[in-house]
Amino acid sequence: MKVWALHLAVVAALFALQFVLPPYHATNLARIMVLAVFAMGYNIAFGYTGLLSLGHAVFFAAGMFGMGLPVWHLDWTALPALITGLAAGGLVAGAVGLLALRTAGVSFMIVTLMFAQAGYLLLLYFGAVTGGDEGFVVETSSRSVFGWNLSEDGPRYVAALTLFAAALLSCLWLVRSPFGRVMVAMRENEDRSRMLGYNPFRVKLIALVMSGLYAGAAGAVYGLLFGYVGATFATIQYSILPMLYVLLGGAGTVLGPLLGAAVVFYLIDITSAFTDAYFFVVGASLVALVLFAPKGILGTIRERVAAWLP
Amino acid sequence: MAAVMETIALTRHFGGLRAVDGVDFRLTQGQIHALIGPNGAGKTTFVSLLSGRIPVQSGQILLEGKEITHLPAHARVHKGVAYTFQITSVYPRLSVFDNVALAAQSRSPKDVAAQVAEALAHVGLTGMEALLAGTLSYGHQRLLELAMGLALRPRVLILDEPTQGLAAGEIEGFKRLVRSLVPQTTVLLIEHNMELVMDLADQITVLNFGQILASGTPAQIHGNAAVQDAYLGGHHAAH
Repeated sequence: MKVWALHLAVVAALFALQFVLPPYHATNLARIMVLAVFAMGYNIAFGYTGLLSLGHAVFFAAGMFGMGLPVWHLDWTALPALITGLAAGGLVAGAVGLLALRTAGVSFMIVTLMFAQAGYLLLLYFGAVTGGDEGFVVETSSRSVFGWNLSEDGPRYVAALTLFAAALLSCLWLVRSPFGRVMVAMRENEDRSRMLGYNPFRVKLIALVMSGLYAGAAGAVYGLLFGYVGATFATIQYSILPMLYVLLGGAGTVLGPLLGAAVVFYLIDITSAFTDAYFFVVGASLVALVLFAPKGILGTIRERVAAWLP
Repeated sequence: MAAVMETIALTRHFGGLRAVDGVDFRLTQGQIHALIGPNGAGKTTFVSLLSGRIPVQSGQILLEGKEITHLPAHARVHKGVAYTFQITSVYPRLSVFDNVALAAQSRSPKDVAAQVAEALAHVGLTGMEALLAGTLSYGHQRLLELAMGLALRPRVLILDEPTQGLAAGEIEGFKRLVRSLVPQTTVLLIEHNMELVMDLADQITVLNFGQILASGTPAQIHGNAAVQDAYLGGHHAAH
């Protein structure tokens, strides 16, 4: 009860914020919410199942291009394109998982990194179809759902919040379900879990596909809300960012990805006004985090005062 | 009597070490069967082959007459072979409830809470559901490990040195517990405590250098000169 109330209150507070925040910050928050969905997907793989991936950018980009390409080339409308984006994220995650999950630990990191690089280079190689390193703009006329024009501030915020709320509540449901328990068991002790009758490969593959669906949905919605699809979203930076969000907010906590995304976003936003070396600040805060609160913000809170936090 | 599990010429070598070397073994339905032998005799390797943790090199494993030699470990669990670890291997950062629930839901997703309550009651850990497993005493962690095995409702329960590190009083309770499992469950027990083995087991198999040295009732094993030499410290072994 307490748990659901807290998460619903967060969604309600985010809904109310759009009436209070100035437009600049409302747009930032819409961006943060979509990136938080990406990070929630990363958290399902890394935080709950223990799969440290360095290749999630390719799932995000799969969602973005899975949405953008049919809109650009086939004149699809937004809604079916969102579905192909979501599916593309899950499909690519499944294909990568089938091969990469034969490895574990450091090898898994390297293999996923290689897959993401291969995906990035494929996007550049087929530049005639994908727009290459310039990417392409999603026409405003294609960016409406149920008559709402998502290029306008109000509908954009509500669309971002809708995705976020759906992702948050289904993530909460997932991690409290029997399968969520198995994901955690796999993270904690794979050998023991096998001897309780769980097939580690199958559990990890399902977790990775769900993670990919989250990343794909986030990528598709990001492209639609902000009107641009490009190969830069497949670069290593977009594999590192969700990891940063999750580590900072608290790996294995449901609200951690939102908190981490917001903190990192504003850290970059504020420091980039003063210096070009804003990634230095992000790096320094990560070092501080690892030294003083290795479980992230919510992970530390859970450990010290609120053990009930999922 | 019917064999619930059987091995034929089961073999596993590690380089030059013949850890398990052509073992023909029968586990009779409903009995408590102890596996004994000196350190390095191949006991843990042998039960690891039975449970599927280590792949078989050659030979066969049969479960109720059907071959399971190459079945992966997680699939054997679903066929009714449960293994509890020699080194206590509960999930220390999960609650007692979650530890047992993981076993229970693996077998059947229905009424997990009731299954957990039953398994915990069986080992006497009722009321500790909410505690983190890592905060339990060592003896209680061993009991939790056993509860996880029971929640799988196995046909064959393999216990790898279950009393290691337990206090004398806890061992008495453990004996009662294991006796209460048969004949529904067949128990295969690796154990160093000879007093316990002689008291508890219906059948004893002695392994030495990866091969079966002797097999029989506790009385037969007790009187076996070869066993005394190799293991029990008979007069030949004294010097």
